[in-house]
Amino acid sequence: MSTLAELAPGSRARIVAVTGSDAIAARLMEMGLIEGETVEYLGPAPLGDPLEFRVCGYRLSLRQTEARRVQVSPP
Amino acid sequence: MTIPLVVALIGNPNTGKSTLFNALSGSRALTGNYPGVTVEKKIGRTRLGTRVADIIDLPGTYSLAPRSLDEMVAVDVLLGRQPDTPRPDVVVCIVDASNLERNLYLVSQVREVGLPVVLVLNMTDVAAEKGVTFNPGQLSERLGLPIVSTEAHRHRGIDELREAILKAADRHTLPATPPTVFPPAFLAECDALAAQLEQWNLPPLPLFLRQRLLIDVGGWLESHAGQQHSAELVAWLQQARARLADQACQVPAIEARSRYRAIRETLQGVVTRPEVPPSTFSDRLDRLLTHQLVGLVIFVLLMLAIFQAIYRGAAPLMEWCEAGQEWLADFVGQWFSPGPLQSLITDGIIGGVGSVLVFLPQIVILFLFIALLEDCGYMARAAFIMDKLMTRVGLSGKSFVPLMSSFACAVPGIMATRTIENRQDRLTTILVAPLMSCSARQPVYALLIGAFFPATYFAGNWLGVRELALFGMTALGAVVAIPTAWLLKKFFFPGETPPFVMELPSYKWPSPRLVFARVYDRARAFVMRAGTLIFMTNILVWAAGYFPGDHSRVDALQTQVSALEEEQATQEAERDRQTALKAKAELVLASGPTGRGMVQSQPELADSGRALAAAEQRLSEIETELEPLKAERNAERSRLLEQSLLGRLGHAIEPVVRPLGWDWRIGVGVLASFPAREVIVSTLGTIYSLGGEEDGLDDALRSATWPDGRPVYSLPVALSIMVFFALCAQCVSTLMVIHRETNDWRWAAFTFVYMTALAYVAALLTYQLSRAWFG
Repeated sequence: MSTLAELAPGSRARIVAVTGSDAIAARLMEMGLIEGETVEYLGPAPLGDPLEFRVCGYRLSLRQTEARRVQVSPP
Repeated sequence: MTIPLVVALIGNPNTGKSTLFNALSGSRALTGNYPGVTVEKKIGRTRLGTRVADIIDLPGTYSLAPRSLDEMVAVDVLLGRQPDTPRPDVVVCIVDASNLERNLYLVSQVREVGLPVVLVLNMTDVAAEKGVTFNPGQLSERLGLPIVSTEAHRHRGIDELREAILKAADRHTLPATPPTVFPPAFLAECDALAAQLEQWNLPPLPLFLRQRLLIDVGGWLESHAGQQHSAELVAWLQQARARLADQACQVPAIEARSRYRAIRETLQGVVTRPEVPPSTFSDRLDRLLTHQLVGLVIFVLLMLAIFQAIYRGAAPLMEWCEAGQEWLADFVGQWFSPGPLQSLITDGIIGGVGSVLVFLPQIVILFLFIALLEDCGYMARAAFIMDKLMTRVGLSGKSFVPLMSSFACAVPGIMATRTIENRQDRLTTILVAPLMSCSARQPVYALLIGAFFPATYFAGNWLGVRELALFGMTALGAVVAIPTAWLLKKFFFPGETPPFVMELPSYKWPSPRLVFARVYDRARAFVMRAGTLIFMTNILVWAAGYFPGDHSRVDALQTQVSALEEEQATQEAERDRQTALKAKAELVLASGPTGRGMVQSQPELADSGRALAAAEQRLSEIETELEPLKAERNAERSRLLEQSLLGRLGHAIEPVVRPLGWDWRIGVGVLASFPAREVIVSTLGTIYSLGGEEDGLDDALRSATWPDGRPVYSLPVALSIMVFFALCAQCVSTLMVIHRETNDWRWAAFTFVYMTALAYVAALLTYQLSRAWFG
């Protein structure tokens, strides 16, 4: 299973699950990263981290460590 | 008088909530802090038809899942559990129409607190641009909530909103049980929790809080709601969560899943979003501004511009401020004869007010930029770009702008930390911000480097010793801040790294009205709430430097000096007038023998020549009289300062500062500079009998000796003083702003203690090591 951190810039994926049950997992889900939602990876910040995504029609920034917790499958 | 209607305003960040708040309350808001937390309490009064209403502006949030006491405030206000704040009659929930799905998540939570909700659809223009279409009537029907469409920045829809709020407040048709999105198995556990709390004789909790207890693993409530049964509650919750997991209701996923499912059902057929989003201007701009190279260059240029604007742009304004203060002190001072009252008014009161106002240029300029960048959407990108660098010290990208601003002045820098939502990150940033070398340290460095560092240049005049020393001193604070931030994070704010889950909002034109309101609000908050304390400290330090002591001799001398100086000014004016007359007469004479003119000008020339000589004679007499009088006055002032409380304290702490290579005079300078670092320069000017002047101070320092004749100052001593000032917390304004921003005296006290200890140890090491090195 791949994660959001492994996508190529410009590619899209479908969310399968967010791992963990801590506050960070809850926060990721609150922001709309829930199963079935489509995410587009727009690219990294100039220094390589964090990463920029489009989800639910808005732009979201996640660090690599956070993106790794979101499991995805091809759209 | 009727009781005002209470309206809570809540919404996600970047939805135009502040604009709406200002549109409703006309930006006449009362600001304060909720007790015990750093959350700002903002209440604006407005009229809704015939009724008066108080609008409570709750902090922007994506969710009502409290992870800290700060985040608990919004929940407590909505539930009527917040002391000093009445329970709202109506909740106005503002949402970004271009991003309904995520925005409705908060709405879904807010509906469950059991208050009438009015939904405000804002930014419909952005939605249209993104190709999002919706049917507000149908949406209102499906949600069962009144909906008002607004364009808050254009003041559109505000009257409709006022009506809708009144209507919602009057309507007593709220369902007895608020709507729920949760499955029955989850609600059954909520009921079981209520029974369990009753069994422990704990006060009953509303359903909303019981849900939060079950969902928020490691949340604030879990560790605080149990009171004396805390451990039992945590164990009970763990079992309940295990039971829920067995029934396919795993927390916390159950909440997001249930809410988003309900939201999708609601939006099905009401809102359409294009499958492939159109490339908007904002998208193209973002590609440029977050580009690996171009984005970085633009960022660096922008930050340099902001820094220059605060550092240099504020300088002339601050000079005007100081000049105005001096003028006012002179103007008011002449109404009083020299004495304690005059000194209190000119040095204590006018000086104290000036020391508050002098910060306003920097605060206004910084917040002008911050408000512009925040409102147009770039601030989130700045955090996005700098995050990787800032994570190295355990902070996030949001700490960058406050810390950068602190290089000009920590006061606006600390005020700018409000954009950091995470409490731990915000406190760490506040605590290290005063280490950044601010403009008030420059006069101290300039004096000591000028007096004790050779003007030697290397590498073909490119590299100077003085410039290197100045650079080293400026960099020192930032270098020390890195391990300090790391240690603070490790020992004071342990726990997992807070997530950097941040929305990058669409770019838009900033609204001048909102920018102005934000700047005005910050400046006012500083003057009203930190200003009074800064002013009072100034008065106290003035008194410590004035009392005790018999000022009659110095006042008499000052009266004589003033009288002589007044005469000096008159004589100078007379001299200038006579010089002009003489020149005119000479000109007439030189123009040739034309009869009448010659006859008149000859005696005129002689008269003005005599008057001129008389004036010059008197001037030189005044000069000779003034010199010894001033010297005696300055010596008397120096003696009075030594005898004052401040001077005695300086003597008392001499044993403590001796290992740093300092004598009592430097000790007094450091004590007197508590209101502001640069005050040490004028204090040393007073101590060395220069009447507080800086001219000649470097010579005075070089020739100062210990009682046994050894020179006091040397390169190691200069270094030790500079290192101390680089790291110490000798700035009452910074400490007062820390107090105001953290809403806790202890953080200000902690900053003072840790920085003073750090400065002392560093100065001690500097002195002892450099003395061993330089001999």
